Amino acid sequence: MVSGGVTKFAKAHPDMDFRLMVKKAYDQAMDEIPNLTRDQIDGSRISYFSDHFTRQLKAASMVQDYLGLNPKGSIRLEWGGATGGECFQAAYEAVASGRMDTCLAAGFETMSRVATWKGNEFIALASDTNFDFPLGGFYTGYYALMVVRHMYEYLRLTKYAHVKDEREAQRLAIAEGQRIMSWVSVKNHLNATHNPYAQYPKRLTVDDVLKSEMISYPLSREQICTMSDGAATAILCTESMAKRLTDRPVRITGVGTGTDTMRLADRPFGSVPLFPHEKAKDYEHLPYPGVHSFRAGRSAGLEACQMAGITDPIREFDFIELHDAYASSEIQTYEDLGLCKYGEGYDFTLSGAPFLKNIDYGLPVPKAGTIPVNPSGGLIACGHPVGATGLMQAVFAFWQLQGSIRQHFGDPTLQLRNARRGAIHSHAGTGSAVTVSILERGF
Amino acid sequence: MARPKTFQHFRDVQEELGKSGAAIFQDADGVESLVIDSPYSIHYIHSYAEDSPFFLALAEGKLLGSRCMNHACAFTYATPRGHCMICGHATTWVELPKNGKIHSWTTCLFGSEAFLKETPYNLALVEFEGAGSLLLVRLKDCVQSEIYVGMPVEARFAAEPKYSITDVWFVPTR
Ligand SMILES: [Zn+2]
Repeated sequence: MVSGGVTKFAKAHPDMDFRLMVKKAYDQAMDEIPNLTRDQIDGSRISYFSDHFTRQLKAASMVQDYLGLNPKGSIRLEWGGATGGECFQAAYEAVASGRMDTCLAAGFETMSRVATWKGNEFIALASDTNFDFPLGGFYTGYYALMVVRHMYEYLRLTKYAHVKDEREAQRLAIAEGQRIMSWVSVKNHLNATHNPYAQYPKRLTVDDVLKSEMISYPLSREQICTMSDGAATAILCTESMAKRLTDRPVRITGVGTGTDTMRLADRPFGSVPLFPHEKAKDYEHLPYPGVHSFRAGRSAGLEACQMAGITDPIREFDFIELHDAYASSEIQTYEDLGLCKYGEGYDFTLSGAPFLKNIDYGLPVPKAGTIPVNPSGGLIACGHPVGATGLMQAVFAFWQLQGSIRQHFGDPTLQLRNARRGAIHSHAGTGSAVTVSILERGF
Repeated sequence: MARPKTFQHFRDVQEELGKSGAAIFQDADGVESLVIDSPYSIHYIHSYAEDSPFFLALAEGKLLGSRCMNHACAFTYATPRGHCMICGHATTWVELPKNGKIHSWTTCLFGSEAFLKETPYNLALVEFEGAGSLLLVRLKDCVQSEIYVGMPVEARFAAEPKYSITDVWFVPTR
């Protein structure tokens, strides 16, 4: 990867349609590598999630011609929430296969074109329309179903195992889980106050998060990402081309994808695919993934780490930008990616390991800086214009590895010292598809 | 011919569209965008296809799952599917018990536009004796504080079927 661009994500950009948003993100990427001319781009991979939102089918064609890339080759990518991550990997494959020397990955979404609850309906149409959607089609509800079970497995049956009354024990487990999820929300919103591209930067307390409006029990408003308009681009090329374009390229050393059933009801109760630092004995009595964990995230993480030669993610990654559409899924993803074992996600959060060391969150975080997660602010605070999101993560990770956060954010706070390797993680509906890509400093 | 009204807040633009069908949004830099109302509605000809027997059975007060016809596998699905996800063999219809247990649940205080008027509603994933997968349903006739993982529940069926998954719902077993 030699360059990237991202528009500031916003609730609505009525002054820009998707073509102009992508053009702005494309111009930003091109301006930073003046040695690359448009002629040298061999083709593109373009992603957006929903034709419903744009009400313009084949919108990727209009992006391709607005950028003046015809008649070069292009493929449109769509895979729910993981659309941007898929696009990044498709561009990677175009170059790695030898088909292209230089490939543009571009993604966008204009979600403001419908009212918020209609937008939720469009998103929910990415659930089974025979069995799931007609029940109330609502993705926050689906993730709530998942985290209630996660809290049951990993709080009720452990920390609250001693409580005899079943209802009381589960009530306590959920209250504790809500408190810990709020830590994630506090972290990501506060990180974003140093990121000028973020949609919802703010300083919150755990109490603020807990008291925000309940959307789907136990998930409250501040624990959920929102609808956004935005675009992002990444330019990928061969190693020899990269050296001609920049003295600070980033190498993509691992890619992984995983999938799971569309319906939560169909998720199996099997055994855990293990990272090298885990043992089958750790999970003897754990039906996996059930509805509590994202098997696709584990598969994607394992594939990417194996390709990059990583055996112990928490030691070998310097940071991770992951798909926190819900504070719950950030905690579940710590476990999927092997940052801690399954069941340790809540304690891992409370240890402060995913927090930044140089920010005062108003929380006791003794292990802050161990493995910063979503230093940019993540989806919860940056916004989630679906087709752009996975590429936004790539751009933030790229700048992090380049050491150019101060230059791009106008604020050095989020620049990690000596960041050499990071992962980006893009995730579709209830974990039905996940991509993990590993980026390393290439200079 | 008058120009559409101009607004500085996008929310006001949305409101105006409901009245006159067009509005101008003016951003902080004075840039104007013309915004129009653009309705869209459609009637799909939605076939349940191979899932049809399930929905027809709901109308008769029966809950059907499906079982893999490969005897070495014989996996039973509480949400039916025509072919087995594990071994690829065709499945056959089996009747599920009308009683189950809650595997997980939530209360939705908001929902998609189509379901906003029904909020709050409870969703539950239900486990059945003899089935290896779950079924997602609405849970009724109970308050949020009563619901817990493991709670025994039983099926109720619509007297006048709408041929939708909402023809069945569950209530706590009393
Ligand atoms: Zn089978």
